[in-house]
Amino acid sequence: MIKKLALATATVLGLSSGAAFAAGAAGHVEDFDFSFEGPFGTYDQNQLQRGLQIYTEVCAACHGLKFVPIRTLSDEGGPDMPEDQVRAYAENFEVFDAELDDFRTATPADHFPESGLENAPDLSLMAKARAGFHGPYGLGINQFFKGIGGPEYIASLLTGYTGKEKEEAGVTLYENTAFPGGYISMAPPLYDEQVEFADGHANDIHHMAEDVSAFLMWTAEPKMMARKQAGFVGVLFLTILSVLLYLTNKRLWAPIKGKKTS
Amino acid sequence: MAGIPHDHYEPKAAWEKGLARRLPIVGLMYDTLMIPTPKNLNWMWIWGIVLTFVLVLQIVTGIVLVMHYTPHVDHAFASVEHIMRNVNGGYMLRYLHSNGASLFFVAVYAHIFRGLYYGSYKAPREITWIIGMLIYLLMMGTAFMGYVLPWGQMSFWGATVITGLFGAIPFIGEALQTWLLGGPAVDNATLNRFFSLHYLLPFVILGLVVVHIWAFHTTGNNNPTGVEVRRTSKEEAEKDTLPFWPYFVIKDLFALAVIMAVFFAIVGFMPNYLGHPDNYIEANALATPAHIVPEWYFLPFYAILRAFTDEVWVVQFASFITGGIIDAKFFGVMAMFGAIAVMALAPWLDTSSVRSGRYRPMFKWWFALLVVDFFVLMWVGAMPAEEPFNTISLIASAYWFAYFLVILPLLGVIEKPLVQPETIEADFAAKKAKSGGGEAAATPAE
Repeated sequence: MIKKLALATATVLGLSSGAAFAAGAAGHVEDFDFSFEGPFGTYDQNQLQRGLQIYTEVCAACHGLKFVPIRTLSDEGGPDMPEDQVRAYAENFEVFDAELDDFRTATPADHFPESGLENAPDLSLMAKARAGFHGPYGLGINQFFKGIGGPEYIASLLTGYTGKEKEEAGVTLYENTAFPGGYISMAPPLYDEQVEFADGHANDIHHMAEDVSAFLMWTAEPKMMARKQAGFVGVLFLTILSVLLYLTNKRLWAPIKGKKTS
Repeated sequence: MAGIPHDHYEPKAAWEKGLARRLPIVGLMYDTLMIPTPKNLNWMWIWGIVLTFVLVLQIVTGIVLVMHYTPHVDHAFASVEHIMRNVNGGYMLRYLHSNGASLFFVAVYAHIFRGLYYGSYKAPREITWIIGMLIYLLMMGTAFMGYVLPWGQMSFWGATVITGLFGAIPFIGEALQTWLLGGPAVDNATLNRFFSLHYLLPFVILGLVVVHIWAFHTTGNNNPTGVEVRRTSKEEAEKDTLPFWPYFVIKDLFALAVIMAVFFAIVGFMPNYLGHPDNYIEANALATPAHIVPEWYFLPFYAILRAFTDEVWVVQFASFITGGIIDAKFFGVMAMFGAIAVMALAPWLDTSSVRSGRYRPMFKWWFALLVVDFFVLMWVGAMPAEEPFNTISLIASAYWFAYFLVILPLLGVIEKPLVQPETIEADFAAKKAKSGGGEAAATPAE
């Protein structure tokens, strides 16, 4: 019954995730391999730092991360940057201070700025607000191994431009294989060798798309590693407790059920 | 207290006697914990403990969440993100609370269907059943209002759709809807009252749980045979029962630990599995999501709500004789609440003198079909409102009503029940002989 229920709910959720895709053809989401997938998956610190660099140099021109405090860049289980670097990074931004009633240089205590462009959505939670494969695939617990498919959706979108354009009501739309409906108003944001990494890491569009998607997964779920660890400890101890209680119960009932106690 | 005869607490020391004369609390605790419980209860009798535990879990996590949450349309979404990012262990509290709601409903559905199969609703346990149904209704209200609090897209639009149902009631609907929302549309006033009620109702549920337990402690538990515990003497009662502590406490705790291990795996490794991605987008009154889908636990009744479109002849007929007062929308609302009402009336609709489904050869199959029907409704509730899903949901809804209104009353008349065991003791011994095999035969009986 529980299995049936799980399947039913999985079916339900699989379909409801279609909500992320507006009516019309759902986009094609590539299944990328991220380091943070599965119960033991962790963030790759270097990848998050590269992703931050891509976000800062490319995405931040239009998009914002208004829910993310800049100080969390030095969090363990995140990009884990040294605090002086984070302080220096914060100085790149100007924030509005209600007390001063004026703009001032940001400090690590401030949040990332909001989106600068009106129709550019905030990216803080994008990796959880989109789902590439949220549903009953595989055994109905696909998500257990692969996650919700949010970062996959972002990476697919960034690499999904075909180069075709069309104009509708004075707006240029770009064909994109991952975007629901097939045409998106965001111009192709990433191209090969756009960002130079200090350590000379590969900077083709595919690598960069993965890096920035991983970074956005972290902004959406900054406590993922702590959560998985807590989950692991919880499951472990509850399993041990279950075994002990099973044995206790067996022995307790043995005389009642007329079985020999071992 | 009327009930199964058993030993009661005897105060011995002078202070115990003094306390018992003034407040018999130790005796109450003793009687509750040592209550004679049928010894043949199977694993479907663990859900009550699970439900009690989850209620406490939800109240405790909820109270801490409230310390950090802001019920205002401009701050609610951000305050939830504050909980997820800045509050110590906040991410865990919130995921426990949101997934706890799902566990609550998994357990309550298992608990309800257990009751339906073993005839736990039949005399003399009708009051236990009715109170259970009230608890279930309050749970649905609480869960619905709780889902609005994070103020995501699905929170907002779910609230809009569901409160819109009340607008379908003839004559008073619109005024009622405005009164519920505190304004013409879902807004800050709605969020505030939902927050207030979401905090209040769990304590009402807690109170009803106490009454629920009180009621079945008075009648005694039902059991898989449906045969009552013998009450003529304490000696006979003791052959049919075992005290709740330690036998059933340990058994239930074992089951609870297994369930919590699975629950923790979900919370730890895929906490958003049962959630909806759209709810990570802040509520926006100007952008409607493509599909507005309720949480999984509402889907069966949501399917019944949508099943009765104006192409269905019953709806057309109702509309015709009431001069259009009952339209398809209002009919759907009545059907949805009616689906729960017929379930609540089961004690009076079931005419069979046999309690447990185990001894009812025809009932068994109809019951199995009802369980399948429930899952079909859950599945079809998530589908878009188009063919063939409309027809499927109509057939499935019809069966739901037919089961309670036609099949249950008829079966009692036409069905020939199997022979029931004389006593619980006999049933337990038969099962022991079967499962224990030679081993049990080799050991002399107690």
